[in-house]
Amino acid sequence: MTTFNDTEAQVTATELSDEDIAPSRRTTEGTVYTVTGGDWDQVLEDAQHDERVVINMGPQHPSTHGVLRLVLELEGETVTQGRCVIGYLHTGIEKNCEYRNWTQGVTFVTRMDYLAPLHNETAYCLAVEKLLGVEVPRRAQLIRMLLMEINRISSHLVCLATGGMELGALTAMTAGFREREVALHLLEFLTGLRMNHAFIRPGGTAQDLPGGWRPRVMEFVRWMDKYLPSYDKLLTGQPIWRNRLAGIGYLPVDACLALGVTGPILRSAGLAWDLRKTEPYLLYPEFNFDVPTSTDADCFARYLLRVEEMHQSLRLIRQIVEALEDGPVMVEDAKIAWPAKLSIGSDGLGNSLDHVKKIMGQSMESLIHHFKLVTEGFDVPAGQVYVPIESPRGELGYHLVSEGGTRPGRVHVREPSFINLQSMPAMSEGGLVADVIAAVASIDPVMGGVDR
Amino acid sequence: MTENNDALSSAEMSQADHERHQAGGGVVAGKARQGMFGVQGSGDTSGFGGLRLPAYSPKASERPYGGWFDEFTDELLAAMSEKAIPADAIQQVTVDRGEITYYVRREHILALCRLLRDDEALRFELCSSVSGVDYGADVPQRLHSVYHLTSMTYRRRIRLEVAVDIDDPHIPSVVEVYPTADWQEREAWDMFGIVYDGHPALTRILMPDDWDGHPQRKDYPLGGIPVEYKGAEIPPPDQRRAYS
Repeated sequence: MTTFNDTEAQVTATELSDEDIAPSRRTTEGTVYTVTGGDWDQVLEDAQHDERVVINMGPQHPSTHGVLRLVLELEGETVTQGRCVIGYLHTGIEKNCEYRNWTQGVTFVTRMDYLAPLHNETAYCLAVEKLLGVEVPRRAQLIRMLLMEINRISSHLVCLATGGMELGALTAMTAGFREREVALHLLEFLTGLRMNHAFIRPGGTAQDLPGGWRPRVMEFVRWMDKYLPSYDKLLTGQPIWRNRLAGIGYLPVDACLALGVTGPILRSAGLAWDLRKTEPYLLYPEFNFDVPTSTDADCFARYLLRVEEMHQSLRLIRQIVEALEDGPVMVEDAKIAWPAKLSIGSDGLGNSLDHVKKIMGQSMESLIHHFKLVTEGFDVPAGQVYVPIESPRGELGYHLVSEGGTRPGRVHVREPSFINLQSMPAMSEGGLVADVIAAVASIDPVMGGVDR
Repeated sequence: MTENNDALSSAEMSQADHERHQAGGGVVAGKARQGMFGVQGSGDTSGFGGLRLPAYSPKASERPYGGWFDEFTDELLAAMSEKAIPADAIQQVTVDRGEITYYVRREHILALCRLLRDDEALRFELCSSVSGVDYGADVPQRLHSVYHLTSMTYRRRIRLEVAVDIDDPHIPSVVEVYPTADWQEREAWDMFGIVYDGHPALTRILMPDDWDGHPQRKDYPLGGIPVEYKGAEIPPPDQRRAYS
């Protein structure tokens, strides 16, 4: 991406005179040239007259949504070409999964898209369960849905918060992170961790929800009901916010399909494609919710859709809380389910005294079984599956290949962030530099998911 | 358990069946395994070291495939003959766990993708995922490129799979039909060394440009350092005991 005129440099290079060749040489082969610099003045002049500048944004830049590097060719303030450079956060998670058993894979995949860890866990577990041919109990399915919808809200909140910060709306940031903190506190109460939960496991969930979960969830719902409408006051009607986003980052539906873009971006272009509705999984068909769409196909429409999706998630959470009945949270199959039912003791650590008593004092076979299941893991029959679910960013698909045995043959993730980020040039070329920021913020890429 | 249990186990195909399957141009998708607990070269008297499992070969499914698969395959074959794509472009059809896989010969993948996208009865508007898979050193045609296509009009998903040898890892690129395959093919090149001919800029995407080798191949080591914990040393993950 040099800015000078290449052809002229080539012409001068071919018309070499004897002066250009150095009289003495130190290399053992080839001709040595003296750089006389005859045409550099001209090159410099061309460059000065040319308004084009190539700038690097990132990988360490507060407005690029993580360790994303944007290479932008500018003419004045207009972006003539933009390219993404990724890979700065590549940690080899897919490869690492091949060296762990199927259950341990959950701990890895939850760290990819770190803003939607529970979606990653669920999709991975659904794929493993499809390979195994098991269906998890109703309560476990509902718990998964409940956690995912809470997670969808917290993820969209970060999108608004960081997106707002990148555009200079710092109050959006403080407000978004305030609500997200409440969501993360709730997730911590329910699963034990704020992020990277590894709570959803092949066959169900690691544990049942703790006692008193219902009031805590409803408390969160009330909090969101109180504060979510204030986003409309803070941002939706605000002229600066609207001017920064409306008509920016336009991507119509045909471009979305060609580039494989899904999620809020596709829905902002008018296609009501939400896998919870179109290819239902878990128990979503039993519940009422709407899939908001828009036909504006711009950043502002995406913002509005994300806010509306949070309202719909709250609606789902209320229904799920009503529908959750007691029952098992793990499959019955003792070849898959974790043998010990852990409960939190007075020391705050998970323990299962009855189970310990049984395996240490009564049943040698139980001890062997426990040991083999924990160290070796369960066998998954050979074959391959692809399971897509709707993550906050779009279609999150897991392509799992089993060669038989206790470890995956291949774990491939169709990460919506990775795919959607390809649309950055289409959204921002021809616009202003400031609009690139708005476009990237509306794609909402999570670099942990992009680079994996 | 799902209804489609017959293709679940690799043990159902005997060694002779496997050889017949492979000799007939069938696809192999798994590594042969032997022994247990990673025991090798020791005085193993348990007998576990003698266990042998042939490489898994996905069974070619026979009609009726069930569901919409039959009708769809008829439509696909009709459309193929219309566009003069030979019927043997599809090497094998496998229905497993409610998903249909077409194993495609590589020279036809681009034409087939174009047909799948453009034909009115097929309409696969979205290419959901392109991924590479490496089945390990002993497997014939070990590198696979797997395409997951989605028809939003008909709410259908199919899988196309192309298998190539590691000495000749060339597959035509589908970027001109599905631009979304751009980064995904770059990733498969980066991680598996599959060369997608006709890709506009097939460069590394996740690894640095000057990286040597293709990290997700099975013969590329995972790496890692031993970890000390309470005086004991735990080897890196790829050197730990394997149980399968």
